[in-house]
Amino acid sequence: MIRRRNPGLLRQARLAGPMPWVIAIMIAITVMAAAAGLALSNLADNARAEIEGGLTVQIVEAAPAERDRQAEVALALLTNREEVAEARRVSDAELAALLEPWLGAQPVAEEDAIPIPAMIDVRLRGPATPRQLADLRTALAADAPAARIDAQAGWLTPVFDAIASLQWLAAGLVVLLAATSAAAVWLAARSALGTNRETIEIVHLLGGTDAQIARIFQRSVGIDAAVGGLAGLALGLAATVLLGRQFAQLGSGMVTGGGLGPSDWALLAAIPLGGVVLATLTARATVLSSLRRIL
Amino acid sequence: MPPFASPRVSGEGSIVQFDNVGLRYGTDREVLSDICFTLYPGSFYFLTGASGAGKTSLLRLLYLAQRPSRGVIRMFGTDLITEPRHRLPAFRRRIGVVFQDFRLVPHLSAFDNVALPLRVSGVPESEIRKPVADMLEWVGLDQRSEARPASLSGGEQQRVAIARAVIARPEVLVADEPTGNVDPELALKLLRLFEALNRLGTTVVVATHDLHLLRKVPESLIMRLDRGRLSDPTGALRYPPRPIERATEAVDV
Repeated sequence: MIRRRNPGLLRQARLAGPMPWVIAIMIAITVMAAAAGLALSNLADNARAEIEGGLTVQIVEAAPAERDRQAEVALALLTNREEVAEARRVSDAELAALLEPWLGAQPVAEEDAIPIPAMIDVRLRGPATPRQLADLRTALAADAPAARIDAQAGWLTPVFDAIASLQWLAAGLVVLLAATSAAAVWLAARSALGTNRETIEIVHLLGGTDAQIARIFQRSVGIDAAVGGLAGLALGLAATVLLGRQFAQLGSGMVTGGGLGPSDWALLAAIPLGGVVLATLTARATVLSSLRRIL
Repeated sequence: MPPFASPRVSGEGSIVQFDNVGLRYGTDREVLSDICFTLYPGSFYFLTGASGAGKTSLLRLLYLAQRPSRGVIRMFGTDLITEPRHRLPAFRRRIGVVFQDFRLVPHLSAFDNVALPLRVSGVPESEIRKPVADMLEWVGLDQRSEARPASLSGGEQQRVAIARAVIARPEVLVADEPTGNVDPELALKLLRLFEALNRLGTTVVVATHDLHLLRKVPESLIMRLDRGRLSDPTGALRYPPRPIERATEAVDV
């Protein structure tokens, strides 16, 4: 006996043509925008974790001997405080190396050199709070009056603000792309509905339910979205990997902190799934809304 | 049991009841006015009238393609005017329709067109093949089961449409000018198909303007539409119904 296959009620309902490509492009851009957002988020998190407990103590004293004395007193005082995990005086050689690009090589004789503050790098056990800073300032004021204390996080606040803005921008881009995808699917579903109006009416009059007819379109849109989504994912991931490698070659510690972790890659891989769900729900809503206009 | 063999309480045991039904499209005048009739199970009705009299509009109400502008329609013991939209498909599955223009799905074969009502009803594929093949054989199209509508003649398309209308053994069969596009010999053959189905218990309503056709089914009852109003030449619609008259006599009056 020949086995027959159910040909489907609406063969033409398949949204052939540009639909998978439109979805592929949308998904690719969404993947790239999401990857950028996640990378920025990781970068900000890593940087924040690195510096949130960091303090810089400068001894701003022109006389080298007095500067050294106050630096030693301050270092001893800081080392003995309970909230300080680590305190280290930055050596003169390190300071000279850091400043060399701007000030050039300093003369060997100290009296000929530009006075440079002594610096102590402090790492607290937790994030630096305004109260802790005030306490430390009070503690240093008597024995090291030339000490200036700054929280490292404070310097980078504008950078973090800019990163947060970029993160919001990426999130907004993802939302806009999702809305654009939904609109494209809506247009395609309406076009397919128009093309198949006669057949839909026949099925409707034979007792087909709205849900049955909607399912046909959902399946069709779902297949298009899956095909387009996978293509878009491949494209988006390829671009992300390529860009990631190029940024990694910069060798900047901050940029390296913006790498993507396994959970980030999993999230990016799930974007086409979200695209398929969004597309099928949009198609369903469009078809049901159109069918409700007939009895 | 022949229809109207015993007195009935008005509407009791009926399968279709129209009560003071009117239909207008938009703000135009009514195309159907004050339509009242009752159809009983297992009966054979002809709906006659000139072109434009409102036959197709009345049939559209019968096969639930639209709601009337006023009045009450009861089918299968349910008031379909107040019935929510989502429950109508279940009623439509109990009604077979032969459309005037066949309305076959162009990309489906004759087999798949006939199988459509079964698939819509969720009948498993394993239970579809035999009844559809039998039905195609019954209408003489068993050799053309894989043909698409475009490659079928008008008469063959007509038979596919009829096979699709009756495959699910509907309780009511509605046919709109089913013999309008076929030669007299085939028209008679199709009418015999309707009679055979009627003998199996299906209520048949055939809209036609071909009065010669009425003579071929003497036991049929006549409803006549004239400019949107229904007259009752056989008395079939009245309560209590008068004894059955021969359809031909009623029409000739």
